[in-house]
Amino acid sequence: MPTLTVNGRTQAVAAEPETPLLYVLRDEWGLNGAKFGCGLGQCGACTVEVEGRAILSCLTPIGVLEGRPVTTVEGLGSPENPGPLQAAFIAENAAQCGYCIAGMIMRAHALLRSVPHPSEAEIRAALRFNLCRCGTHMRILAAVRRAAGLEPPTTGATP
Amino acid sequence: MTALTRRTLLVGGALLVGIGLPREPKAASLPGGLAQAPRIDAWIRIGEDGAVTVLTGKAELGQGIKTALIQVAAEELGMAPAALRLLTADTELTPDEGYTAGSHSMQDSATAIRHAAAAARALLVAAAGRRLGLPPDSLRVESGAVVGPDGRRLALSEIAGAVELDAPVPDNVALRDPAAYTIVGRPLPRVDIPAKVAGGAAYVQDIRAPGMVHARIVRPPRPGARLVDLDADAVASRPGVIRVHRDGDVLAVLAEREYAAVTAMRALARVAVWQGGTPVPEPDALFADLAGRPAKRTIIHEAGAGTPLPPGRRITARYRRRYQMHGAIGPSCAVAEFDGSRLTVWSHAQGMFPLRKALAEMLSLPEEQVRCIHVEGSGCYGHNGADDAAGDAALLARALPGRPVRVQYTREQEHLWEPYGGAMLTEASAVLGPDGRIADWDYAVRSPTHLTRPPGAGQLLSARMLATPFPAPPPKALPQPEGGGDRNAIPLYRLPRARVAHDFVADMPLRVSALRSLGAYMNVFSIESFLDELAETAGADPVAFRLAHLDDPRARAVVEAAAERFGWGRPLQRGRGAGFAFARYKNLAAYCAVAVEVEVARESGQVRLVRAQAAVDAGQVVNPHGIRDQIEGGIIQAMSWSLFEAVAHDAEGPTSRDWSTYPIARFPDIPEHIAVHLIDRSGHPFLGAGEVAQGPTAAALANAIRHAAGVRLRELPMRPELVKAAIGV
Repeated sequence: MPTLTVNGRTQAVAAEPETPLLYVLRDEWGLNGAKFGCGLGQCGACTVEVEGRAILSCLTPIGVLEGRPVTTVEGLGSPENPGPLQAAFIAENAAQCGYCIAGMIMRAHALLRSVPHPSEAEIRAALRFNLCRCGTHMRILAAVRRAAGLEPPTTGATP
Repeated sequence: MTALTRRTLLVGGALLVGIGLPREPKAASLPGGLAQAPRIDAWIRIGEDGAVTVLTGKAELGQGIKTALIQVAAEELGMAPAALRLLTADTELTPDEGYTAGSHSMQDSATAIRHAAAAARALLVAAAGRRLGLPPDSLRVESGAVVGPDGRRLALSEIAGAVELDAPVPDNVALRDPAAYTIVGRPLPRVDIPAKVAGGAAYVQDIRAPGMVHARIVRPPRPGARLVDLDADAVASRPGVIRVHRDGDVLAVLAEREYAAVTAMRALARVAVWQGGTPVPEPDALFADLAGRPAKRTIIHEAGAGTPLPPGRRITARYRRRYQMHGAIGPSCAVAEFDGSRLTVWSHAQGMFPLRKALAEMLSLPEEQVRCIHVEGSGCYGHNGADDAAGDAALLARALPGRPVRVQYTREQEHLWEPYGGAMLTEASAVLGPDGRIADWDYAVRSPTHLTRPPGAGQLLSARMLATPFPAPPPKALPQPEGGGDRNAIPLYRLPRARVAHDFVADMPLRVSALRSLGAYMNVFSIESFLDELAETAGADPVAFRLAHLDDPRARAVVEAAAERFGWGRPLQRGRGAGFAFARYKNLAAYCAVAVEVEVARESGQVRLVRAQAAVDAGQVVNPHGIRDQIEGGIIQAMSWSLFEAVAHDAEGPTSRDWSTYPIARFPDIPEHIAVHLIDRSGHPFLGAGEVAQGPTAAALANAIRHAAGVRLRELPMRPELVKAAIGV
């Protein structure tokens, strides 16, 4: 029986090693953060962190995660006590339906871990794996900039 | 449910008689949703413990309606927003407000809640005044209490019993002066976001009921195919599988754990043998096919019919639009439980009451034995797979009484089987008079239906595929003034002589229904592109040309504000162009003007939206950030539709099965800057703003491409290959 460490807690999992992490997180651990979006690695709704890197939990079998700590959005804070990145998303109204947002936050979290003060282009490049359908992109970008302590970008042409 | 008091439940029970019945006849001039549910306690209830609950028949679809409705109620009650609890669409508890659609929630539900809350407040202060021996207008309502000028307080729990909310909202209810608003008009943070950013239970997908089982559906390989052979024994005996369920061409598997359901679904798909299908025209023949289908013509607008045809130059243009999809990031999901007599369904569909009707019909249950409760799902943008998933959950729950059944569609199922926004054709023709003004206007839109939602059981995908099927009801056109395919087909411009025709095509090769803004997207694209074509012929500036034909001062104001804030007319970099467009959604809701700057790569035909400036008049603003987010999101979504999106299909059916075969905008496609300017009309009615940006964005892009690259694109989407072909590189 494989053992997983999620948000600092380690426990054995009653699932086959080939089971994608997403189903274990949602079905076995009862975590809501990682979402089923496509199961194909195309949309990023299921993004979580493994050893500080953003991965797609819908494609990652738990068999390769033994001893490699997993962080989900629940590991960053709670609705009552949000972490800094989550607080930035709340402050910027950076969700409409919000279904993509946990994945966005985990992708941004991994980026800020390796690049604490990214450029606008670096933020957009990092988030290109994650789809948003409501068009919340401007708010999401503002939230990531806020969390990174960056100023809004200047566009010379804009009055 | 737990926070509801016994009194509320009793009231709720009584309410079923009133608001659960077919809509009451419309009383004269009752505002908003009060026309359907005129009593105070349809909207506002106070428990014995003094807890105040606000009720709406509308649903949160990601548009932020919960927050805005709480603001409106809090303002009129004089209470803090955080002190209020809000219940959204639930057939057992809330008013029947039909669908959450058409940008109606603020106009209907918020207007009703505003009046009901004011009426409730008046009753509370009257009751407290009697108790305290003070004039009611000297009292104020605070969170949980009524407070007198002398500081004496009466808890709401102390006076709740003396207040009869089971009464009509009076005609002359005193509303708070908008000039004194302290909550409405402010950017209250969205109440639903904290849970959404931290993994709180926020979605129907997150329901984990005790004893719940996981179901997956196996759909045919193409629309219309029939299941002719199935040997499912091996699948049914897989570990963790509860059973394989088959009824006609509806095929599903139920399992204890979710991943067991996923693997069993794949195994089941391998052993199912399907035959036949409904042919679809090849993509190249799509528009010829649509043009050749029988249509019913309605003249929806005519002006100056008796006047002679004026002199001038006639210009004609044709526009077309391919099928496009909702493409929610989360495929549809539903949970249903059947206890042997009563069915409860948790769904993210847009209309709980119409859904209840459809489910009751499909399962031959009395409507009173079906309860539908809205729970948020992934963004909706119209009629997607949500109702179908609810239908499947209901079918499977009946097959497995006593256990909640969770149905989750796959990405492929959502993409291939959701009802699309239909292909459309328009033709515009106008005479430009010697004075440079439009002297005659002819417009026709050829469109399928934009509404195939329940209440008919035959609108549910699986209901059509049962051994005893429910046929799809005949498609209908939505009537003016809101319209469906002809939504926004009548220009708001001054046109002394005009004819507008709606050619309704009942039968379409692919399943279609409501996609955000319905026909308005295509009609505004066509009309506002054509306005630019006329302005160009007249040698006029596009903004000045529009203003020369606009009388409505609120329309003029958004056009002028967007142009000014954009810096209209300023020189742009080489390879870039500016475009402008305007519409008032449905000619009844919010006003919106959009100016965009694009960059066209001539070699590749790729168009990049550089920046956008919108100006919006949504009447009285309740939450400025809520409107801003709807416009920003609308611009980005319409940009994605207009530059990238068309449902791919071959002769067998749709082939857009995932995000690689139906690409949408990603972060590198997102503009550098979007600004939304709100014109707050304090004291004016709320005007729905959730769909108003779709059409103007599409047309502004086309107009900007013309300005940047000298080519006129008349087909949606304006994909790189079309741009390249038009440029001729």
